[in-house]
Amino acid sequence: MQPLSRQGIAHRAARDIPEGAYVNLGVGIPTLVAGCMPAGREVILHSENGILGLGPPPPKGEEDWEVVDAGKRPVTLLPGAAVFSHSDSFMMIRGGHIDISLLGAFEVSERGDIANWKALGSNLAPAVGGAMDLAVGAKQVWVLMEHVRKDGAPRILERCGFPLTAPAAVSRIYTDLALIEVTPDGLVVREIVEGLDFEGLQARTGARLVLAPDCGVLH
Amino acid sequence: MIDKRVKSLADAVQGVPDGATILIGGFGEAGVPTELVEALAEAPPKDLVVVSNNAGFGRGGLAKLLATGRVRKIVCSFPRSAGSVVFEELYGSGKLELALVPQGTFSERIRAGGAGIGGFYTRTSVGTELEAGKEVRDMDGRRWVLEKPIRGDFAFIKARRADRWGNLDYHSAARSLGPVMAAAARVTVAQVREIVKLGEIHPEHVVTPGIFVHRVVQVN
Repeated sequence: MQPLSRQGIAHRAARDIPEGAYVNLGVGIPTLVAGCMPAGREVILHSENGILGLGPPPPKGEEDWEVVDAGKRPVTLLPGAAVFSHSDSFMMIRGGHIDISLLGAFEVSERGDIANWKALGSNLAPAVGGAMDLAVGAKQVWVLMEHVRKDGAPRILERCGFPLTAPAAVSRIYTDLALIEVTPDGLVVREIVEGLDFEGLQARTGARLVLAPDCGVLH
Repeated sequence: MIDKRVKSLADAVQGVPDGATILIGGFGEAGVPTELVEALAEAPPKDLVVVSNNAGFGRGGLAKLLATGRVRKIVCSFPRSAGSVVFEELYGSGKLELALVPQGTFSERIRAGGAGIGGFYTRTSVGTELEAGKEVRDMDGRRWVLEKPIRGDFAFIKARRADRWGNLDYHSAARSLGPVMAAAARVTVAQVREIVKLGEIHPEHVVTPGIFVHRVVQVN
């Protein structure tokens, strides 16, 4: 079995983003999607701090620390970009104008609950940023994450153990092992990585999976 | 003659009372009025409440103000980040109260404060820990959380240019919370790179009209 790299997960999700979509990239694996868009496909990236038309990082030495992404790293503005206030930015997010929100997560439940803002058992101060607004406000929420924790414990569960970011928000999960859709009929497996069978995937998942009749190979 | 220009940073931050709520603009390092905040840290009033998206980095700016021990509470969406050492020390030792607010709710509460709105219902935080203690109601088949406005006694923001009437424009993505906070404080102070003649900022390009701005100070 050859699980996808973090870059590989980003590449797989990028292929599903349609031409013309307005997309917000959360911190973590989603930020890698900016460098993975298929050539010739126009997708407009949104950043919560007030950018539409986010471009790649600038060359070293040309950074403007007032032009940054959600993770506070320097980015560029593409021709056609717009800058605006937080008020307008979150109007876009909360008003349902963003087509797809790509988020990282600690856990996702079988009904699409997402937990991605607060770890259990941590002494660190909590931080939430725009995660709750994105999870609730975007037309679609896709999660990009590793299928299991470092200790092998599953992250896709019947119920999230970590504090929720939003209930019933996620429609797709891209992991290093599979592409899974959250549907009213349960978690439907659309693709599995080469060398892993459905039973093997189920064993690494904390909720019941349903195999799509046309399940393909994740690459 | 209307003239909102002040000569020094000390004049710009003068008159902040004990117990004041201060809105501080910016996101990460973008749009942060570092020099205003550091000027306040020179002789800070006590029991301050700071409203800021982040909780400072390193030892300068907001971190310097927090380190004076004069800030009682911070209202914030993302306090913890690389370099937020002063915040983490104070929070970890129970010397600083934190009110964690989702960023869109944070922005909208401040907007409501500036717009004279007594509260609003949002779906953000429904079904999470952060709805605790708030009114939740069903409307049109969905659940909504009531959020109250935030107003400041003072707002410190950073803009690119100002004129003597207080009209402002901004540098690129550093706009962020500036226009929202400007309207939500009794006294709004803008630090700017350049002060220009009336009319030099084209009327169509004024982002924050001077009605929301009370003092401007040039910082080079």
